[in-house]
Amino acid sequence: MTEPKTKTSGDPAERRVSASSAFFAEEGAKTGIIAVASTVIFFGGAALLISRSSNWPNVKDQFFNPENFSESAPDVIDGFWLNIQLFFWAMLIIPLLAMIVAVMRSLRGPAFMPLRLLAVIYTDLFRGIPLYLLIVVLGFGVPALQINGLPTSPAFWGIAALSLSYAAYTAEIYRSGIDAVPESQRSSARALGLTQWQSLRFAVLPQAVRNVVPALMNTVVSLQKDVALVSILGIRDAVREAEIYKTRTFNYTSYIVATLLFLAISIPLTRFVDWYIARDRAERSQSQV
Amino acid sequence: MTSKPGVASKLELDNVHKAFGDKHVLNGINLAIDEHEVVCLIGPSGCGKSTLLRCVDLLDTIDQGDIRLDGDSITARGIDGNAVRRRIGIVFQSYNLFPHMSVLDNVTLGPRRALGMDRSEAEAKAMELLDRFGLADKAQDYPNRISGGQNQRAAIVRALIGDPEILLLDEVTSALDPELVGEVLGVIRDLASRGMTMVLATHEMGFARDVANRVAFLHEGKVLETAPPAELFTNPTEERTKQFLARVIEAGRL
Ligand SMILES: Nc1ncnc2c1ncn2[C@@H]1O[C@H](COP(=O)(O)OP(=O)(O)OP(=O)(O)O)[C@@H](O)[C@H]1O
Ligand SMILES: [Mg+2]
Repeated sequence: MTEPKTKTSGDPAERRVSASSAFFAEEGAKTGIIAVASTVIFFGGAALLISRSSNWPNVKDQFFNPENFSESAPDVIDGFWLNIQLFFWAMLIIPLLAMIVAVMRSLRGPAFMPLRLLAVIYTDLFRGIPLYLLIVVLGFGVPALQINGLPTSPAFWGIAALSLSYAAYTAEIYRSGIDAVPESQRSSARALGLTQWQSLRFAVLPQAVRNVVPALMNTVVSLQKDVALVSILGIRDAVREAEIYKTRTFNYTSYIVATLLFLAISIPLTRFVDWYIARDRAERSQSQV
Repeated sequence: MTSKPGVASKLELDNVHKAFGDKHVLNGINLAIDEHEVVCLIGPSGCGKSTLLRCVDLLDTIDQGDIRLDGDSITARGIDGNAVRRRIGIVFQSYNLFPHMSVLDNVTLGPRRALGMDRSEAEAKAMELLDRFGLADKAQDYPNRISGGQNQRAAIVRALIGDPEILLLDEVTSALDPELVGEVLGVIRDLASRGMTMVLATHEMGFARDVANRVAFLHEGKVLETAPPAELFTNPTEERTKQFLARVIEAGRL
């Protein structure tokens, strides 16, 4: 008796479902078309606008000259290799320094007051100074003091400035991760007889770092670009080499070479970070059983 | 006078006060627990049961009064809190296992890092205990992969592996699904029968009646009365206790 009823799909609820899924399919196709059309219009329009501007041939020759491109590339690539080395050193120092500062700031009890204070002063100071100024002050100022035993290499002070500034931000990222670990985790570790430091080290920090990996990775992307700022100090990095070439030839194509080199690293890095964050989020929502 | 070893209680709380800001939570707690004794703390929500247990394990500092273990103050100035905490085990309502470690690593963390036991020795001891509590096959699992009851039993093992002289249990079954409560209560019953000194905060009056040597009724940060369960549940002397038990019976928990 009930069978024919279900087969006719006369059930109003069912009809509503199929109607709405058709609606969504239609909607999906529509948004797809809109996305493609607007992309074509936007980029096509921009290209048209640029190429039809009266000065485009000039600009094209000044910035996108194939001869200048291949002529400047070797030196700029050489310089970029230096950027990568600076980046590498900063990447070694920053997480370590930041972790020390974050831990200092997370210690409790009156005995650790001086350490906490030191950490607060450090982060306030180095987050407060624009990176550009910090590089200038350290890179030109400290060597000028001519203190015996202190390195005078601009590369050294460039790395120092980058590390001090980025470590201040990174310490704050770590700290937000530490604060996000429930207090009960610390209590449980202390209850086992672990010291404050051991509780942080074995119970809190592993969870804290896991919490902030996405934020840390975004910092890496931004550091990779900011390394170029050390060219202020006359270090012959990619940007500096590009500038030298431009000064010699009055052609800006060398800057495009440098730009492409930075993009060649930062775009894959950014894609990777996005992929990682999406995967991390999926994993976390899955593990909440 | 009573602070001679052999004469003193295992654990004594003497006029203990504790406030959070201007909220007074413990208002002069007096309580003594003998070795091998099981004492249940009962009382309305917010009366200070958890705070009392946390203060005994020095996870919160008391404002006034004294807590003594084997007759020696553990709240006096200059006491090494870590050393005291190694002598006391505590288990929380929400298990609080470390989610980034396997059950085995959770259990061995304390002995390895706080007691300096080497890994193989700690793991052998952990496996023995896990086996005793029916968790041997869960040793390599992570806390989010096992049930609440298994989490709580693992947390009990973690608290026991350092051979504590006294075990504090804070509503260890409250977060569990009803069908998982039994397995955890069984574990506690087993510990009681082996002579473990325990203080447990609980809402399970039936269980308190069953396992406790004495029941202490807390109200607004004071111990209003203590008595063996048979006496306290059937013939309480304090008006507050009567009211509390009446409410509990009404709610069908006795
Ligand atoms: N860290 C804290 N800061 C401020 N107030 C607190 C803190 N811990 C506990 N309290 C307060 O102290 C009072 C007693 O809390 P406690 O957890 O000891 O009660 P309880 O008897 O264990 O209650 P329950 O049966 O609900 O677990 C509560 O009013 C609570 O809000
Ligand atoms: Mg409580």
